[in-house]
Amino acid sequence: MSFVNVIVQGVLLGGLYALFAAGLSLIFGVMRLVNIAHGDLIVVAAYFAYFTMQALGVGPFTSLIAVVPAIAVIGYILQRSLLNFALGEDLPPLLVTFGLSIIIQNVLLILFTHDNRKLYAGPIEMASWKFTPDLAVGVLPVIQFVVAVLIIGGLQLLFYRTTLGRAFRATSDDPAIAQLMGIENRHIFALAMALSLAVVAVAGVFIAVRTTFNPFYGPQLLIFGFEAVIMGGLGSLWGTLAGGILLGLAQALGGQINVGLPFTAGHVVFLLVLFVRPQGLFPKVSM
Amino acid sequence: MALLEVNSLTACYGDFQALYGVSMSVDAGQAVAVIGANGAGKSTLLKAIVGMHPAEPDMIHFEGEAIGGMRPPKIVARGVTMVPEGRRLFSSLTVEENLRIGGQLGRRGPWSLQRIFELFPMLAERRSQRSMSLSGGQQQMVAIGRALMSNPRLLLCDEISLGLAPIVVRDIFQRLPTVVAEGTAVVVVEQDVMQALAASNYLYCLQEGRVLLKGESRNLDRAAIKAAYFGV
Amino acid sequence: MSADSNTALRSVQVVHASLASRIGLAFWTLLVAVLIALPYWGDRQMMRLSTEIYSFVALASLWNLLAGYAGLVSVGQQTFVGLGGYTLYLCALWAGLNPMLGLPLAGLLGCLISIPIVLLLLKLRGAYFTIGSWVVAEVFLQIFQLVPAVGGGSGISLPATVVLSIAKSRSAREALIYWVFLALAVAVIGVIVILLRTRYGLALQAIRDNETAAKSNGIDVVRARTVVFVVAAAASSMVGSMIFLQKLSITPFSAFSINDWTVNMIFITVIGGIGRVEGPILGTVIYFALREYLADLASIYLIILGMVAIGVMLKAPKGIWGYVADRFGWQLFPLARRLVRDVPPRAAVASGAPG
Repeated sequence: MSFVNVIVQGVLLGGLYALFAAGLSLIFGVMRLVNIAHGDLIVVAAYFAYFTMQALGVGPFTSLIAVVPAIAVIGYILQRSLLNFALGEDLPPLLVTFGLSIIIQNVLLILFTHDNRKLYAGPIEMASWKFTPDLAVGVLPVIQFVVAVLIIGGLQLLFYRTTLGRAFRATSDDPAIAQLMGIENRHIFALAMALSLAVVAVAGVFIAVRTTFNPFYGPQLLIFGFEAVIMGGLGSLWGTLAGGILLGLAQALGGQINVGLPFTAGHVVFLLVLFVRPQGLFPKVSM
Repeated sequence: MALLEVNSLTACYGDFQALYGVSMSVDAGQAVAVIGANGAGKSTLLKAIVGMHPAEPDMIHFEGEAIGGMRPPKIVARGVTMVPEGRRLFSSLTVEENLRIGGQLGRRGPWSLQRIFELFPMLAERRSQRSMSLSGGQQQMVAIGRALMSNPRLLLCDEISLGLAPIVVRDIFQRLPTVVAEGTAVVVVEQDVMQALAASNYLYCLQEGRVLLKGESRNLDRAAIKAAYFGV
Repeated sequence: MSADSNTALRSVQVVHASLASRIGLAFWTLLVAVLIALPYWGDRQMMRLSTEIYSFVALASLWNLLAGYAGLVSVGQQTFVGLGGYTLYLCALWAGLNPMLGLPLAGLLGCLISIPIVLLLLKLRGAYFTIGSWVVAEVFLQIFQLVPAVGGGSGISLPATVVLSIAKSRSAREALIYWVFLALAVAVIGVIVILLRTRYGLALQAIRDNETAAKSNGIDVVRARTVVFVVAAAASSMVGSMIFLQKLSITPFSAFSINDWTVNMIFITVIGGIGRVEGPILGTVIYFALREYLADLASIYLIILGMVAIGVMLKAPKGIWGYVADRFGWQLFPLARRLVRDVPPRAAVASGAPG
C-alpha cells in the first residue's frame, strides 16, 4: 500500500478517535469528571445498535435514529442518579466510574457472552474511490471523517453560540454562582453527559461497523480517546481533532511496519508527546 | 408586609456556629446596610437568604413565602439575587455574555441590556471583551449588572467595595439610588461603615453572629456603631 | 518567645502508640507466629489459599499506599506484577538462576523501570494519571506479545529443572514459597507502617489531604510521589515474581491484564478502607470470605463487588475500617500522632475569636 494511502487512512481514522475524545473532553470541561466508563458506554451503544438492527431490520446508520436518543437518555439518567453524587474531590469520581466500568463489562458479558460481534453496513463497507492506481480511499472512512468534523464543529457552535452552551461554560467556570443565574447544576451536568453520550453513540456505531467488538472492548476505546485528548490539549475541541488525527496517523504507520504494531505505535507516540509537550498540541486553559 | 423577613436565623459550618438567631426585615423601596467586622456572619446571612447556605424554611420569608433552604435557582426565579463577594464573574464569558446570562430566567422588569449599559456606560464599549480583562471596578459593575438583569425585587450586595479604590467605590454607590428607584430593594453588606451609612435608610450591625445594633441610618450615633462593631 | 514556652516545647514528644495499637501489635505478632507454623499444621489447599491471600494483602496495601496516601490512583500496577514474573522466568531460562534469586532481581528491575515511567506519568494529573498508568500496562502487554524472545503471545512455561532447583521435595518447595509469600506480606506492611511513622509519611498524608497546602509548606510533592511509586513498583514486582513462580507459566495476558490483579486490588482496598493500613487487610478478608459463597459466579461476583465499592465510595468513602475506626477510635498499628507533655502546661492566654 502506498505511503499516501496510509497517511489518508490514518487521518480518516483520526476523525473517529476525535469523536471519542470529544465526548471525554466535553464532560471534563463542564464538570471536571473523567469518566473511566466512557469506553464501555461506547460499547453499550454498539450493542444497542446491534439489537436495534436485528429488531427493526435496518442498517447501522439508520439505527442511529433510535440509538442516539436512547443512549443520551441513559446518560442523563446515569448522571442524575449516580454520577452527580460522585463529583468533586479526587478519589470518588475515579473509583466510582472505575467500578461502573467493571460492572458494565460484566453485565454485557452475562447478557451477550464473549462473542465478537460486528455491525454490517453492506456493500458500502467495501466501496472506495480510486484516485490513482496507488491511492484508493474508502467511502465509509470519508463519511466517518466528515461526520466527525461536522459533530465537532457543531459542538463548538453549541458551546459558543447558544444559550445552552453559555450555561455549560458558566457552570464550568463557577458552578455555585451559575445557580444564581437560574441554572440547576444537576440538570446541566446531566445534559452535558447526555450530549457526550450522544456523540459517543455515533462513534460507537461507526467503530462497530469498522471492526468487531465484545464486552471488553471499552477500555481500548477509552485509551484511544484519552490519548487523543492529551495529545490534542485539554479543553480544546479542535485540539481533540488534531490529537485524534495524530493518533490515527501513528497507528496507520505502525501498522505498516508490522501488522501487530498499530496500537503499540499509537501508545509510543502518545508517550513521546507526553514527554516532549505534556500540555498537548493546542492547550487551552479553560473550555 | 415586609418584602423580606429573616426570623431568628441560625447557621453553622460544621461545628462552628456563624449565626445565632439573627432577625432582620427589609421593606420595598428600602436600602438596608449590614455592617460588622470580619467573621461577624454578614456573608453567611446573605448566602442563607439566597439559598447558598442551609436554613429552615420559616427562618426566611420573601413576599410572604417561606423560602429558607430553597435551592438558589428557585429563589432567583422569585426575585431575590446576590452580587457575590469577590465579584465571581464567569471567566470564559465576555462582558455581554455575563450580562445576558444574568437575564437567562427572563423575569420581567425595568432592567435590560440596554438599561444596564445606560447605568454603566463604560461597559458598553467593552461588551465583547473577556470579563477578566476589565479593571476591578469595571468587573464590579458587570457583577452588579449581571444581577440586575434578573430583574430582582431584592438585590443583595456582598462587600462590593472590597479591593476597589475609594473613588471607584463612590462611583458605584452613587448608582444604587437609581436601582432602588426602579423598584429593587437593596441590602448592602459592607466593611466600609461611612459608605454603608451614606447609602442606606436602615442599618444593622452584626458581631459574632448576633445583631448588636439596628436603626435608621440617619439617627444612629457614631459612638454606638463603633461600640457594636468592635463588640467593646 | 518566652523562656516558659521554650521549656514547654522541649518537653513535648510525639507518641505513636496507644492502648489499641499495643493490643493490635500483640495480635499481629501472635497471628504471624501461627501463620509461620502453618506448613506444619495446615494442608496443601490451605497453603495455596494462604499464599493467595498474602499476595492480595501485599498488592492491595501497596495500591493503598499509592492511592490512599500519595493520592495517586494507578490502574497500571499490573505492569510491575507482570514484569516481576517475567524477570524471574527469563533469569531462570537464560541464566539458569535459582528462582529464589530472581526475587530480589525482580525488585531491582521493577525499581529501575519504574523510574522513567513515573517521571513521565507525573506530568499527568488526577484521572489522566490513572488512565496513563493503564496505557503503560497496555504497552508492556503488547510488546511482550510481539517479541518472540520473551515468549510472544503464548508466553513461557517454567521448566521442571528450574522448579526442582528450589528444593528437593514438593512439600519443602511449597513450604519455602509459602514462607516467602508470608515474609513479603509482612515486610510490605512493615515497611508501610515504618514509612508512615516518619516525617516522610506525615508529608505524604499532607499531600493526600491538600496538595497545594502541602506544597506551600515546602513539601516536594513530586519527589515524595516518585519515591512512593518506585517503592510500590519494586515491591509489586517482587510479589509478582513469586505469584508467577507458583503459577508455573506466564503469558502477556496473565501478566499485564488489568482484570486479574488491579481490579481486585482496587475493590478490596476501597471496601476495606482507603488511607488506612488496616483497610486492605480487612478488605482481603472480606473478599475471600465472600468468594467462598459466591465462588461459581465470577462475573456476578465482580458486579456485586463493583456495586459495593461504588456504594462504599459514595456513602462511606473511608471504607468499612475507616468508618469503624473513626467511630471507635481504633488503631491496630502504632501510627497515631499525639503530642505528650512531660511538664504540666501553664495557664494559656485565651486566643482570639474565630476568623
